[in-house]
Amino acid sequence: MKAKALIPLLIFIGLTVFLAIGLTLNPREIPSPLIDKPAPAFNLRQLNASGQALKLADMQGKVWLLNVWASWCVACRDEHPVLVEFSKRGVLPIIGLNYKDRDADALDWLQKFGNPYTTSIVDADGRVGIDYGVYGVPETFLIDGKGRIRYKQIGPITPEVLERELLPRIKELQGA
Amino acid sequence: MKAEIVKQPSYGFFFRICLLLILSMHTGFAQATEARPVADNPALEARVDALSTELRCLVCQNQTIADSQAGLAQDLRNQIREQLAAGRSEQEITDYLVQRYGDFILYRPPYRPYTLLLWGGPALLLFGGIGWLAFSLARQRHQHAEALSKESLDAARALLNASGTPKQDRT
Repeated sequence: MKAKALIPLLIFIGLTVFLAIGLTLNPREIPSPLIDKPAPAFNLRQLNASGQALKLADMQGKVWLLNVWASWCVACRDEHPVLVEFSKRGVLPIIGLNYKDRDADALDWLQKFGNPYTTSIVDADGRVGIDYGVYGVPETFLIDGKGRIRYKQIGPITPEVLERELLPRIKELQGA
Repeated sequence: MKAEIVKQPSYGFFFRICLLLILSMHTGFAQATEARPVADNPALEARVDALSTELRCLVCQNQTIADSQAGLAQDLRNQIREQLAAGRSEQEITDYLVQRYGDFILYRPPYRPYTLLLWGGPALLLFGGIGWLAFSLARQRHQHAEALSKESLDAARALLNASGTPKQDRT
């Protein structure tokens, strides 16, 4: 009798545990199927006067960050000072993917807020963004020397994300 | 005259709210029609629609790519249209998108080991429930038979026999 009386309580506790776990998950963060897969190839014009192309193959042998940004993106504004500070440390090349933006707006933005990027490439129609599974700007990919995506940050890079998630991985990859 | 002046503001407020609601509905409508590109090939458009209602928009996650007005959804619809026009099959395009965005983009979850509970769960609950019901009914029937065991029958008879003269027993 006593054991039976506990059943509703146990069901309640079970439900509570599941709901509590559910509350800690972020439904906006969709795990990328591209982690540990080769980064999709691209061949895009750079965002500068020369307009030279940059290919994925050009980054071969380097550990680097691909940061998807746009001048119309509000969250990028929050992220930007963190990136500018980080770029001064010269840890690794940061390539900007200027996503569905206008050149003039993008250049203006960099002029105003500083340019943390080794270079930026122009994805005006968002085609390369689709290849990388971009669904919200900003997003950042950590790519290793063999051209594989090792980590994806969805949403702005905060100082915490940088210290806890990105830097340990970068050090590990650069050491290897 | 005065009464009318007092009345007017409240009427005006209500009217304005209604107007606002109607207008906001209307802008939604206008957007929906604007975003739809000119269909020069109805058969192709039908296929684009059919496929994009099976796909989840990643920006507004409770909408399909067909319903969503998010920029990404429009881009993906254009991709689907382009690829269908280039002769690729629905399955190929679905694979192309799953490769980039994961199974999350599918509104119809695939049959995989990790979706076993999802697909099998309702059947599990149904048959589990039937099993439990059958079990508890059988046990109840068993308890009824037990309740009429020899001792209790004897006791019941004794009580019934004695019940004719309850007052005499007490005095």
